[in-house]
Amino acid sequence: MAPLLETPLLEIADLHVSYRDRGVPVPAVRGVDLTLAAGETLGLAGESGCGKSTLAGAVLRLLPGTAQVTGRIALNGADVIAMNWGQLRAVRWRDASIVFQGAMHALNPVRTVGRQIAEPILLHTPKTSARTAEARVADLLEQVGVPAWRADSYPHELSGGQKQRVMIAMALACSPQLIIADEPTTALDVMVQAQVLTLLKDLVRERGLGLILISHDLSALAATCHRVAVMYAGRVVEQGPGHELFAAAAHPYARALAAAFPVIGDPASRRAPRGLPGDPPDPRDLGVGCAFAPRCPVATGECTGSDIALRRVDDARSAACVHVGGAA
Amino acid sequence: MSGDSDGAGAATHRPRRALPPGYVLRKVLAAAVMLLFVTVVNFFLFRVLPGDPAKAFAPRGRNADPEALRELRERLGLGDPWYTAFGKYLRALAQGDLGVSFSQHAKVLDVIGERILPTVLLSGTALVLAAGLGVWLGARGGWRQGSRFDKISSSLAVTFYSVPEWLLGLVLLVLLNKYGVFPARGMNDPRSTLPVVVDTLWHMVLPVTVLTIVYVAEYSLIMRSSMLDERRADYLTTARAKGLRDDLVMRRHALPNALLPSMTLFFMSMGFVVAGAITVETVFSWPGLGLLTYDALRGPDIPLLQGLFLFFSAGVILMNLVADLLMPVLDPRVRTA
Repeated sequence: MAPLLETPLLEIADLHVSYRDRGVPVPAVRGVDLTLAAGETLGLAGESGCGKSTLAGAVLRLLPGTAQVTGRIALNGADVIAMNWGQLRAVRWRDASIVFQGAMHALNPVRTVGRQIAEPILLHTPKTSARTAEARVADLLEQVGVPAWRADSYPHELSGGQKQRVMIAMALACSPQLIIADEPTTALDVMVQAQVLTLLKDLVRERGLGLILISHDLSALAATCHRVAVMYAGRVVEQGPGHELFAAAAHPYARALAAAFPVIGDPASRRAPRGLPGDPPDPRDLGVGCAFAPRCPVATGECTGSDIALRRVDDARSAACVHVGGAA
Repeated sequence: MSGDSDGAGAATHRPRRALPPGYVLRKVLAAAVMLLFVTVVNFFLFRVLPGDPAKAFAPRGRNADPEALRELRERLGLGDPWYTAFGKYLRALAQGDLGVSFSQHAKVLDVIGERILPTVLLSGTALVLAAGLGVWLGARGGWRQGSRFDKISSSLAVTFYSVPEWLLGLVLLVLLNKYGVFPARGMNDPRSTLPVVVDTLWHMVLPVTVLTIVYVAEYSLIMRSSMLDERRADYLTTARAKGLRDDLVMRRHALPNALLPSMTLFFMSMGFVVAGAITVETVFSWPGLGLLTYDALRGPDIPLLQGLFLFFSAGVILMNLVADLLMPVLDPRVRTA
């Protein structure tokens, strides 16, 4: 943890995002507070539609025009939501970059990957010569373990893992302090997943980057991140140190998410893979109280009475569940 | 971290820029086979056509003396069995001989030859103008779907797309001819005091305008719809996240991808440049291949028509070949396909 007096790299406070759908606002993120210090890795876990990618897009204001964002997102102390377009464009990629799910369609199919990596360098440091940019691209590719001659390749000529590495090289292009990796391993096979996660972890350690790693795979996050936040229906329902959260989650949803991935080498967990009955709630129709209550095996009347705030579990952990002791 | 280098030799650079020779050879062969097929069809099509070519050819037409007609058939080889005739046709074709036109009493090849330039000038200019304008309109409209620009340009496009070109030509003729601004007939005016180039450009204005209006709609509609498809692509979010201005995101990233269907259309229409715009050339008496076709049909001037059809087909096949060879340069994904 960074000293308290230092401005955190990223500070998200009371963030609300809703999408207008035929005039009706549909909430996607409902009051999230998160902070991230330089050199720290924060994992963001949750099922599809829980708002984790919306949260990532909101940091650089990449959400579609139908999204309404309120709250505070401070990047090095500067409020992103209050910026005008010019300021925002200057911040994008230079201060914070995103590793998209590159294995799919995040790379432009008709431009060479070298040009795509060089693009933000030339954009944010306009005096860079073409040769300098080229050398930098080669350097970046080597850093992520892709041979430098691949700069002349087109995305379709690369394997999924290589494309993801290219995305990471691209994210590093302007040496940002914050990298947001939005499901960087989703479409990759397990071996490549592990390689990509190791690469990200090494980069954080070597460069003192702040990293937000988004995934639905709680086990992968627990192994990679200092802290993990579990989201459900647009809220953080539990956060704390990765391995502790995975080993003994306090919130029933976090517990279910942890159990959804069998523990390797534990035959008991393989024989009884615990899925979670029911579907995520309809964001149009959330009402008050814990959004997880309808699927929760230990729900009580108290759960639906009023909104449940995060409560303290121990010094490092908090969870939004009535079964957890004193308020955070 | 050697990673997953895909089995590709780790550090060696494989050059892949050029067109693979196998691909070129395949495409050229396919074009040659198609051309041969078209030649065969073109020959037999005119043999099964109803009507007596001799009557069309004879100076006195249908009222020709039966004896003279018989002689004529003999001379033209109309009585030959199909295999003899086909052999003769192929032999002549190999020597670049397309026969003699009935109506113009000149070699078909020469008749066609002197009409190529006017048609390429007219249709080519219109095609380039229409493609450029249409791509611009469609890209802008699609990028800002629902904007006023988009609403106006796409409703105009649909309107002009549905108007027949001869009607548009006639309307323009009537409207503009009234004021005598632009000449409406032919390609040059022998009485004109202007230099030939200027005079030709002057004559081109009306027919080129009509053709451009007709073609532009197609390009702008196709460009608009492919832009709509690309607009939400993930790589555009990447481009935006990099801090690019919106118009750069469009020009550098969305446009090259959205352009591909329009490119295909462009090259396919290139083939039809030689076929000319029969209606427009007829309406404006433009001395190109379109008007020639119209005149040949009235005869009917069988050798000329046969020559024209072969020429048009060859043009389309050739331009498709050019498109096939150019597409891999424009879209790297085609290269490995």
